[in-house]
Amino acid sequence: MLQQISGSIAVAEAVALCRPEVVPCYPITPQTHIVEHISTLVKSGQLKNCTYENVESEFASMSLCIGASAAGSRTYTATASQGLLFMMEAVYNASGLSLPIVMTLGNRAIGAPINIWNDHSDAMSVRDAGWIQLFVESNQQALDVHIQAFKLAEALSLPVMVNMDGFILTHAITRVDMPTQEQVDQFLPPFVPRQKLDTEAPLSIGAMVGPDAFTEVRYLAHHKQKEALSIIEQQAEEFQGIFGRDSGGLIKSYYAEDAEIVFVAMGSVIGTMQELVEELREEGHSVGILSIRSFRPFPANAIDKALANTRHAIIFEKSFAVGMGGVLASEIHMATVANDLKISSVIGGLGGRTITKKSLRKIIESAMQDELDTEVFLDLEGTTVVRELRRQQEEQNSGPVAENILRDMGVVSASKTH
Amino acid sequence: MFQVRIHGRGGQGVVSASELLSVAAFEEGKYSQSFPSFGSERMGAPVQAFARVSDKPITTREPVMEPDMLIIQDPTLFLAVNVFEGANTDGYLLINSAKTPEELGIEDMTNQYPPNHVMTLPATELAMKYIKQPKPNTILLGAFAALTQIVHMPALEKAILDKFPKRIADPNITATKAGYNLIIQKLEQAQEA
Repeated sequence: MLQQISGSIAVAEAVALCRPEVVPCYPITPQTHIVEHISTLVKSGQLKNCTYENVESEFASMSLCIGASAAGSRTYTATASQGLLFMMEAVYNASGLSLPIVMTLGNRAIGAPINIWNDHSDAMSVRDAGWIQLFVESNQQALDVHIQAFKLAEALSLPVMVNMDGFILTHAITRVDMPTQEQVDQFLPPFVPRQKLDTEAPLSIGAMVGPDAFTEVRYLAHHKQKEALSIIEQQAEEFQGIFGRDSGGLIKSYYAEDAEIVFVAMGSVIGTMQELVEELREEGHSVGILSIRSFRPFPANAIDKALANTRHAIIFEKSFAVGMGGVLASEIHMATVANDLKISSVIGGLGGRTITKKSLRKIIESAMQDELDTEVFLDLEGTTVVRELRRQQEEQNSGPVAENILRDMGVVSASKTH
Repeated sequence: MFQVRIHGRGGQGVVSASELLSVAAFEEGKYSQSFPSFGSERMGAPVQAFARVSDKPITTREPVMEPDMLIIQDPTLFLAVNVFEGANTDGYLLINSAKTPEELGIEDMTNQYPPNHVMTLPATELAMKYIKQPKPNTILLGAFAALTQIVHMPALEKAILDKFPKRIADPNITATKAGYNLIIQKLEQAQEA
């Protein structure tokens, strides 16, 4: 049924259609609306056979997910940013123990400096944690991919994280097509756990593994993620068969195969790029977009193939590894190393900075002139940066950077105490 | 695509207005999106919200940079924020004020618009009358419908009924109609003159 609702509510409704049995949560912006709505659905009796538990912290939230999933329950939670960091040890345990938990990450920046807005720093902080990490471009995909996430998690017995841009998607009100319970039931069978803590048939989960077997257990985790590559594709096809929509999968090309210059990105920025690329193609330019929908497992072969005819790939990322640069850019570089492909890394949208079509157009136009640097920070205020660098050079006690910059920009009248 | 930017202050229902507008457009079978400028959503702080309406799916995620309709819910914002930034002066402008653009000292801006595309109306006073609260948003939505015909009254009424319980929805629907009628009246007067 077509509805005009926020991304958070759409995800909550879709998760409810997946019949979760345990939902622990600790509310944190911007995922709050999701779990708040699920709690309402449980309380009203619309979502039956589900235990909703408001726990004391994010660490408790993921720990409870682990317990519930190990006991054989279909388990879901949501978090973002600092909340994800606080549950970090349990995040690694969930994947290390192969528990098919589904979690939404309403992507946000990580402080300090304190910032509540959208970027992908939180997702990147767990890129090596062993979870499957999927990204969505729109609220329709967000709800569709959650339905696929449960099936994928349970097929592989691995946790799946659905990344949706905080605020930009979670708080945006758009048209979505909400599937029926029958459709979801047809796609998603009841949960049959691969391992289950059961007093009738006791077993242990979480043995200590020494040097003699640790490599093998870790290798198998890697192997299983690689197996996921084909399963993600199969499930996206099956989903399309039942729901009639192209959602999920490993990658999505928008004219990428026959374009000289291609934007590569993840998440909601793809939407803004689509509008720009349509304009540019009407103007006769050979440009396209490659959307990375599965970040873990990383679909290196599919990416390599999709960019086979590309001259210049512009990798756009909403986060970066400080002291190294774009993470996605370096991974794409590895995936396409045999190709004669020029790669530029563009970092933008940090901490909620608006990504305008105008700024993206400038990037692509400088690529057309062959003038785009290998590393660019979108809309960086150079004079502000230079002023702070000079200050640090001139004074040993130049003070805290964030406060200095805010004062320079006139954002706050942060006063210097000395 | 028709793009709307609403400026106001926290507590004036700016975000709700953009949401109601998008739901009304949806009710009429159009594609629409709405979202707030995120962050400082506290009472009294300058707030913006955005809406887009189109016959085709909308993919862009950038804030509305070149609004076809600019709604100013609080004229004191002229001093705090450049509310006119990027405004499409072939479009429309709605200002919550009992004063004329000349009295507000913004005629340099408003003169760039076509005749009858700029309207001021005392929406806060009307809100106090109809909903007993200084929330001018639904009055201005009615005015929006009258001025642009981008959405229409039945769809707005349905959007309000969907979002609010009846005791809040009913006075707001009356308020929306009052805003609508006031602008229709102003347009008719302008035509006669």
